[in-house]
Amino acid sequence: MTIRLLAFAAVVVALALFPLTAGNYPVKLLQEILIWGIFAMSLDLLMGYAGMVSFGHSAFFGIGGYVAALALDKSPGLLSALVLPALAAGLAALVIGFFSIRVSGVYFIMLTLAFSQMFYAYTFQVGWLGAEDGLVGIPRPAVPGWDVSSLRGFHGYLLTLVALSALVLWRIVRSPFGHVLRGIHENEARMETVGYAVDRYKLLAFVIAGVFAGLAGSLYAQFNGSITPDAFFWKTSGEALLMVIIGGTGTLGGAMLGAAAFILLQSLVSTYTERWMLILGVTFVLLVLFAPGGIVGALRGRVGLRA
Amino acid sequence: MPADLFAQMLNGLSYGVLLFLLSVGLTLIFGMLDVVNLAHGSFYMLGAYAGLSLIAATGNFWLALLLAPLVVGLIGALVEVSCLRPLYWRLPLDQVLLTFGLIYLFEDLVKWIWGGRIRSIPPPDLFSGSVSVWGATIPSYRLFVIAFGLVMALLLFLLIERTRLGAIIRAGVFDAEMTGGLGINIRRVFTFVFAFGAALGGLSGVVAGPIQSAYPSMGVSILIPALIVVVVGGLGSLKGSLVGSLVIGQAETFGKAWLPNSSMLIIYVVMATVMLVRPQGLFGRPLK
Repeated sequence: MTIRLLAFAAVVVALALFPLTAGNYPVKLLQEILIWGIFAMSLDLLMGYAGMVSFGHSAFFGIGGYVAALALDKSPGLLSALVLPALAAGLAALVIGFFSIRVSGVYFIMLTLAFSQMFYAYTFQVGWLGAEDGLVGIPRPAVPGWDVSSLRGFHGYLLTLVALSALVLWRIVRSPFGHVLRGIHENEARMETVGYAVDRYKLLAFVIAGVFAGLAGSLYAQFNGSITPDAFFWKTSGEALLMVIIGGTGTLGGAMLGAAAFILLQSLVSTYTERWMLILGVTFVLLVLFAPGGIVGALRGRVGLRA
Repeated sequence: MPADLFAQMLNGLSYGVLLFLLSVGLTLIFGMLDVVNLAHGSFYMLGAYAGLSLIAATGNFWLALLLAPLVVGLIGALVEVSCLRPLYWRLPLDQVLLTFGLIYLFEDLVKWIWGGRIRSIPPPDLFSGSVSVWGATIPSYRLFVIAFGLVMALLLFLLIERTRLGAIIRAGVFDAEMTGGLGINIRRVFTFVFAFGAALGGLSGVVAGPIQSAYPSMGVSILIPALIVVVVGGLGSLKGSLVGSLVIGQAETFGKAWLPNSSMLIIYVVMATVMLVRPQGLFGRPLK
């Protein structure tokens, strides 16, 4: 426990010092990884711990982004940057989750997909949200005593939020609540019989995951200064899913590693060759065939996924 | 505007039968192999491009219509044997990752070979004109697509419901392990069903070519409507696939005509409604 916390602190310090030694492009890449990392971790809470594979997690990412864009335009404070997007995403997760948790397995995948695609379709066609082009010129928030408008200023702000989110998520999966989620993943009927209100636990997990996805979406909008309907598109959900699987499901750190692997692979390969999609695709195929359990699974040196 | 209405309906119908050809493979593969094949749209795309090249090489649309699905079916068989076979006893997530990887792979391969631009595919000479039906001008190729799709639906129905092979497939969809236990070489049936589904996807792509042209992202864009059809119709059900395709085909086409500002929403609303009222789909077996 203490060793893990120390290791965590060491990683955070290393990431905080990274901009001192690196150029602008690597710092940008790192920030992108951190943002997608939160998103992937929030999805991992659902898939890896509660066993609910959602293909519509982009809904909350997109809502976070759009709400941040609209709110920051009105008043550029932390309320608009963090609280409102997370709340809106959590609320949406409550509604979508209420309907979606009635079904499971591939039906759950498809229903969550349908809900997220509804947001995509709506934002893609509606004028007040900029339709296809989305919202641009999103201001960064005014943080008291902290200039986050520059790349390096944003780094500290982002890293603080990512570290806090990781700690909270880590605390959640280690709590009794987290253990109930794992129990549901292992055997839902048994948990029901033992007397747990399984549906309520699943819904709460869905809402928590939605809140953090919303936060990630908001940070993504602040990072880019823009948000487009693509944030809602199913490929966004799919890529988060890939990050979690690549990293190793059911390990929050794995989700972050998966995000890093995905983004590094994508950007590194694409600077050398136009054929990056091909290489990415082949990598996924080989990864599935030869490294089941993802990066964390491979590091642990054993085959098969842990619940 | 009854003529306009009629034309819209035919448009929806031709889109619907294309979705049907695509979703049959998807639903059988899911029903039997328990794999949500995200790369199924890629077979559709490969079919269109294979058709494009075969038409260019032979100058004969009909030959391409016959050969392109065979090419795609062969690719499907290769995918099943080399990639999917080791995964059947693993978690479903591995199959998601694998088939997602195949999407990237096939899309980029196609860009590499054929380039990224949209390539139009000429309809066969026989159906290059248009005809007037009830005051509406319809490209005759669309009528051919509808007729072809309905004939294929009939043939598929006969194959699945009336032949020995069909009985084996239905048994496999119901319980693959038990079917294997009864002395059927279930591995071979798995490969056949996957290749057959891929070939139908390819066929759908060739047929769609003259209407939609060929472009690299066509597979990704058709995948979600096809998945919706499968879920609306009921997983593993041929009848569901047909009804689902026709419903989604009409919903999409009429949505575009009547509600241009929210047309893209409609099929998702249809799907969510069906799932909430009848989670197993229109013709699916009840959920446990």
